[in-house]
Amino acid sequence: MFIRMEQRPEPSKTMVYVSPLIAVVLTILTAMVMFEIMGVDPIRAIATFFIEPISSLNGVAELCVKATPLVLIGVGLSFGFQANVWNIGAEGQLTIGALAGGGIALAFYNDEFALLLPLMLIAGVAGGMAWGAIPAFLKTRFNTNEILTSLMLTYVALLVLSYLVHGPWKDPDGQNFPESRLFNDAAMLPVLIEETRLNVGWLLALFVVAAGWVLIARHIIGFQIKVIGMAPMAASFAGYKEKRLVWLTLLISGGCAGLAGTIELSGAIGQIVPVISPGYGFTAIIVAFLGRLHPVGVLFAGLLMALTYLGGDSAQITMNLPNAVTGVFQGMLLFFLLASDVLIKYRFRFGTPSVAKEAAE
Amino acid sequence: MSMDWLVPALLTIITAATPLVFAAVGETVVEKAGVLNLGVEGMMIIGAIAAFATAVSTGSGLLAVVAGAFAGLLLALIFGLLTIYLQSNQVATGLALTIFGLGLSALIGHGYVGKTFAGLPKLDIPGLTTIPVIGPILFGQDGLVYLSVVNVALVAWFLSRTRGGLLVRAVGENHDAAHSIGYSVTLIRMGAILFGGAMAGIGGAYLSLAYTPLWVENMTAGRGWIALALVVFASWKPWRGFFGAYLFGGITIIQLYAQGMGVEVSAQFLSMLPYLATVIVLVIISRDEAKARLNAPACLGKNFHASG
Amino acid sequence: MSDTPRLELIAITKTYPGVVANNDVSLKIMPGEIHALLGENGAGKSTLVKFIYGVQKADSGKMYWEGNEIAVASPNAARRLGIGMVFQHFSLFDAMTVEENIALGISPELARGDLARRIREVSAQYGLPLDPGRYVHTLSVGERQRIEVVRCLLQDPQLLIMDEPTSVLTPQEVDELFKTLRRLSGEGVSILYISHKLEEIKALCHAATIMRMGEVVAHCTPANETARSMAEMMMGDSLVSPERGDRTGDGPVKLELRKLSAPSTHQHGTDLVDIDLEVRAGEIVGIAGIAGNGQRELMEVLSGEVPVSAADAIRIDDRPVGRLGPNERRAMGTGLVPEERLGHGAVPDMSLWENGLLSAATRMRMVRNGFIQIGAATKYAESVVERFRVKTPGVTHTASSLSGGNLQKFIIGREIMQDPGVIVALQPTWGVDAGSAASIRQELIDLAGRGAAVLVVSQDLEELFEISDRIAVICEGRLSSAQPAENMTVEQIGLLMAGVSEEEAAHVH
Repeated sequence: MFIRMEQRPEPSKTMVYVSPLIAVVLTILTAMVMFEIMGVDPIRAIATFFIEPISSLNGVAELCVKATPLVLIGVGLSFGFQANVWNIGAEGQLTIGALAGGGIALAFYNDEFALLLPLMLIAGVAGGMAWGAIPAFLKTRFNTNEILTSLMLTYVALLVLSYLVHGPWKDPDGQNFPESRLFNDAAMLPVLIEETRLNVGWLLALFVVAAGWVLIARHIIGFQIKVIGMAPMAASFAGYKEKRLVWLTLLISGGCAGLAGTIELSGAIGQIVPVISPGYGFTAIIVAFLGRLHPVGVLFAGLLMALTYLGGDSAQITMNLPNAVTGVFQGMLLFFLLASDVLIKYRFRFGTPSVAKEAAE
Repeated sequence: MSMDWLVPALLTIITAATPLVFAAVGETVVEKAGVLNLGVEGMMIIGAIAAFATAVSTGSGLLAVVAGAFAGLLLALIFGLLTIYLQSNQVATGLALTIFGLGLSALIGHGYVGKTFAGLPKLDIPGLTTIPVIGPILFGQDGLVYLSVVNVALVAWFLSRTRGGLLVRAVGENHDAAHSIGYSVTLIRMGAILFGGAMAGIGGAYLSLAYTPLWVENMTAGRGWIALALVVFASWKPWRGFFGAYLFGGITIIQLYAQGMGVEVSAQFLSMLPYLATVIVLVIISRDEAKARLNAPACLGKNFHASG
Repeated sequence: MSDTPRLELIAITKTYPGVVANNDVSLKIMPGEIHALLGENGAGKSTLVKFIYGVQKADSGKMYWEGNEIAVASPNAARRLGIGMVFQHFSLFDAMTVEENIALGISPELARGDLARRIREVSAQYGLPLDPGRYVHTLSVGERQRIEVVRCLLQDPQLLIMDEPTSVLTPQEVDELFKTLRRLSGEGVSILYISHKLEEIKALCHAATIMRMGEVVAHCTPANETARSMAEMMMGDSLVSPERGDRTGDGPVKLELRKLSAPSTHQHGTDLVDIDLEVRAGEIVGIAGIAGNGQRELMEVLSGEVPVSAADAIRIDDRPVGRLGPNERRAMGTGLVPEERLGHGAVPDMSLWENGLLSAATRMRMVRNGFIQIGAATKYAESVVERFRVKTPGVTHTASSLSGGNLQKFIIGREIMQDPGVIVALQPTWGVDAGSAASIRQELIDLAGRGAAVLVVSQDLEELFEISDRIAVICEGRLSSAQPAENMTVEQIGLLMAGVSEEEAAHVH
C-alpha cells in the first residue's frame, strides 16, 4: 500500500469550501499541542481564545470593529490576488489613507460640519489609492515587481506617520506625547449600538462586500480579473488590457485599505497615534486567502481573524500568554490552508489505481 | 581633514552588509533552482531569535550560529514541503512563512527581551589588526564576516563550475526537460530551498549576535525583503549580490553619520533611505523588460508536478 | 546477426486516472533494425516510450534486454544500458550552451575531460555539425535536434528512440536525418522510430508496430504495405476525405496584408518582414512552415493581440485595422483560433460557458452595461456544444476536463457560430484525434463555402494540401507568394520552408 497524489479531472468545487474548514481544525489541534508544550491547559486556552471574547454583546461588537478593516482590505486584496497582482503593501496604504483622512479631521478640528466625515472618508480612499498607484505606475511603466515595491513603501509610510505624529501634527496642547489633537465629534463615525464601539464603519464594510461580490461574480471587469490571473495569454486573446487591470486592482486594494485606515481613526481611535494598525494590512492577506479570494468568504474569514486578535488579548489578560500567539495562529492557519488546498486539484489515493484493476480483470 | 570617521564607518558598513550577503546569496541559489521563496524575512527573524536564545543560554557563539542556521532551515523545510510536494502557490507560501516567522519569533522571544549577549568574538592578530585603517577592517572582524565572503566565493564557484551547479541551473531553467533527462527536480529544489533557509537563518543570527547583540521584536525590519530585491538587482549573480549588499550597507549607515554630522533632516526621512533606494534600484534593473527576463531563471516561481 | 532481440516488451499495461494508456502491449526490436511505432496522437506511443526510457513505471508487464529480464528504474539506468532518446519536445535548456546541455544528458563520467572536442568529433563523423560553445536559444530547430542526437551518440547507444523527430524539420533536413539513421542501423544500432507519417515510415523502417487506443493492433513490414493500408490500421476505419464542395474563390478580398512588418515581442522570437497576402471571400489559404518561423507572431498581429504601428498594413473588408485590438476586430467579424488550446484559446479552469464569453462577448451581446448575461452566455455555449458535437456532460464543466479534440471542436465552434467573415486558425488540428480533425477540416471548408475568407497556418502539409485553395510558405518571418495548391509540390514547399528563394524553388519539379 502506498499513497499517491493524483490530479483530479477538474478542480473540486467542494474542496474549495472544505479546505478552509480543514485548515481551521488543523490549526486548532496544533495550537492545542503547542499550548500543552507551553504548559497551559489546552482546552481552557482554546476557550479563552475563541469563545470568551464573543460571549457578550460588547464582545460581538468588538469582533465587528476588529473585522471591519480586515474585511475591507481583504476584499480589496482579493481582486489583485486573483489577477496575480500581489499587493502586499496594504499596511502602508492603510497608513497613508488614515493620514489623509485624519489630516482633514485635524485641518478642521475647530469646525463641526456635516460634510466633514464624508470628506474624510473620501480623502482616506484617495490617500490609499495614491499609495497604491505608485507600485501600479512602477509595474506598468518600468515592469518593477509590485511585491517588493509595495512592501518597501509600507516601511516608508510608517516612517511618514512617525514623522508626522512626532513633529508637525503633534498635539500643541498635549504633554509632548507623540499624538495628534483629538478629532471633533463631527469627525467620528456614528455608533450603531449604545455602549459599544460598533460603528457605521461596519456597515461600510458590508457594503463593500456586496459591491465586491457584484463586481467579481456579475461584472465583466471581475471576469477579466479572473481570466488574467488564470491564463494571461487567454486574457490577451480576449483583448483584455493587462496594464489597465494592474492599475485597477492596485487602486481598488489601495482605496479599500485607505478607507479602512480612516475608519480605524474616526471609528475607534479618534486621533492620530504612532501605531494605527496592529498589522491589519498583513493579516488581511491571510483573510483574502482564507476567504477564497471571494468577497463573501472574506467576510467570514475577516470575522475569524478578528477573533484571533480578540483571543490574543483575552489570553494575555486572563492567562498571561504573550500576545504574539495571535501571529503564530495566523501564520499556521495560512500554512494549513495552503496545504489543504492541494485537495482542490489533487486527490490522494491508496494502493494501485482503480482503473488498473479493472483493466487487469 | 581628519580620517577618524572612516574606519568606524567602514566597519559599520561591513556589519550592516553581512546579514544581507548571507540572505541574498542563499536566495540566489534558491531562485537559480527556479523557486521563489518570499519568506526570507521570516527565516531571518527566526534565525535571529534561535541564535540569540542559544547564545544567551549556552554562551557559545558557534552554537548560536548553528542554531540560527538550523531554525532557518526548518522554516524552509515547511516551505519546501508545501510548494514542492503539495503544489502550493510559491508567492502565498512565502508570505505565510514571513507572517509565521514574525509571530513565532515574537512568541519565543517574549522571554528574551532585555537580555544581553557579549557579541561574537573578533579576530585579533597582534601586529596585523593594529595596522591603521586596513588592519581592523581586514583582520579585525568576527568569524561570520569572513564566512560570508568565503560563502559567496563557494556559491559562485559551485553554480558556474560544478556539475551540481549545472543541475541547479538546469531545474531552474526547464524543469520538464531536467525531469525527462532523469534528474529529480524535487530533490534538487528541496536542497536549494534548505540551503537558502540556512543562509537566511545565519543572516538573521548575525543581526542578533553581532549587529545589535540583543533581541527586539521585528528586528529584521525588512532586511529579508531587501535581500530579495538584491537578488534581482544582482541578476542572480553571487558576487554582484555581495557588492549590492555592501552598497546597501553604505546607504544604511548614511543615516547614522548624517545625524552625527549635524545634517538637519528628520531621523524618519533618513531611515526611509534603504527602502527608497531599494525601489529605485528595482526600477533601474527591471526597466529593460527583455533584459530582465533574459537573466531570470525561466522556471522561476513555477511549480513542477511530474505527470503520472 | 544474432537471433536475440535487442529489446522485447511483453504485455505492458499502464493506466492513468480514467485512461488505459497502454494495454497488453508487446514489441520486439532486433539489432540494427529500424522499427516504427505507429499510431495517432493519444494512441499510447509516448507512454510506452517513457516506460522503456525509465521515465515512468508500468503497472504490469515484462521487459527483456538482450534476452535478460530487466527493470529500468530511471533514464540514467536506461542510458547505462545503452538506450538513448531524442524527445519530441526537446529536453534542452535555452539559456545554456550546447556543451552544458550535452553534459547534463550523459553520465558524469562521460561528461568529464575534453567534452567539447568529443562533441566536435562525433558531430563531424555523422554529418551533424554543432558548435559546443553556442547558446541553445541562438540555434534553429534542426540544430537543436542535432544536440539531442549527438548527446545520444556520445554514449554509444545500442537502441536509439526517436519521438516524432521529423515534425519540426524541412523535407531536406529529413533526408539528412534519414542518412544518419541508416548509417547507425548499418553499424548495428537498433532504432525505435515513432511517427504517424506513413510515407516516412515506408521509406525508412524495416518493421512496424501499429497502436490504436493503447493497444497493439498490428505488426507489419512497411515495405509491403501502402500508406493507405497502414493509415486504416492506425485509425481503425477507412478514411474519409473532406468534401471540397464548389467554391469559386473569386469573391472580394476580405483580408489583406500589405508590407506587414512587425518586430517579435518574444524573447528569441522571429520578426515579421514585408508580408503581402490577400484572402478572398470563399477561399482557404494555407500557410506552411516550420515551427518558430514567425507563425506565432503572425497570429498575434492578425488577432490584434500585438497591434502594428502601420494601421494600413492589415485591412479587413478594406478597412485599416492594424492598430485595433482583438475585440474591435472581432466586432468586425474576425474569428481567431490560436495554436495553444489550454491557456490561450481557453482558460483551463473555467467553465465552457465562461470560455464562450471569452471571445463571443461582444459579437453575441453577452454583456450589457458591463454586466454579464449569464443566461445568454450559457445558451450560446450549449448551442456550440450541440452543433459541433462536443462531448461534455454540460457547459458548467471546465475546459481542462475536455479531451484535446473536443476542446478544439468547442473553440472552433465558438468562433464559427459567431458567423465570421474572416477566420484565422493556427494549427487547427494539432494533437487532435483523426475523427475530430476530419470534422474540423470539414467545418472550415464549409465556412469558406458560405463565403468567409479562411486562413489556416499549419505545419501539416497533408492537411494544407487537403483543404487549401492556395498555399504560401513562411520562413524566417517572410512569406512567399500564395500559389494555387494544385500547382505546388512537396519538394517546392520544402525548399521554401528551408529559405530557398521562390525563383529557385520554382525550378524544381
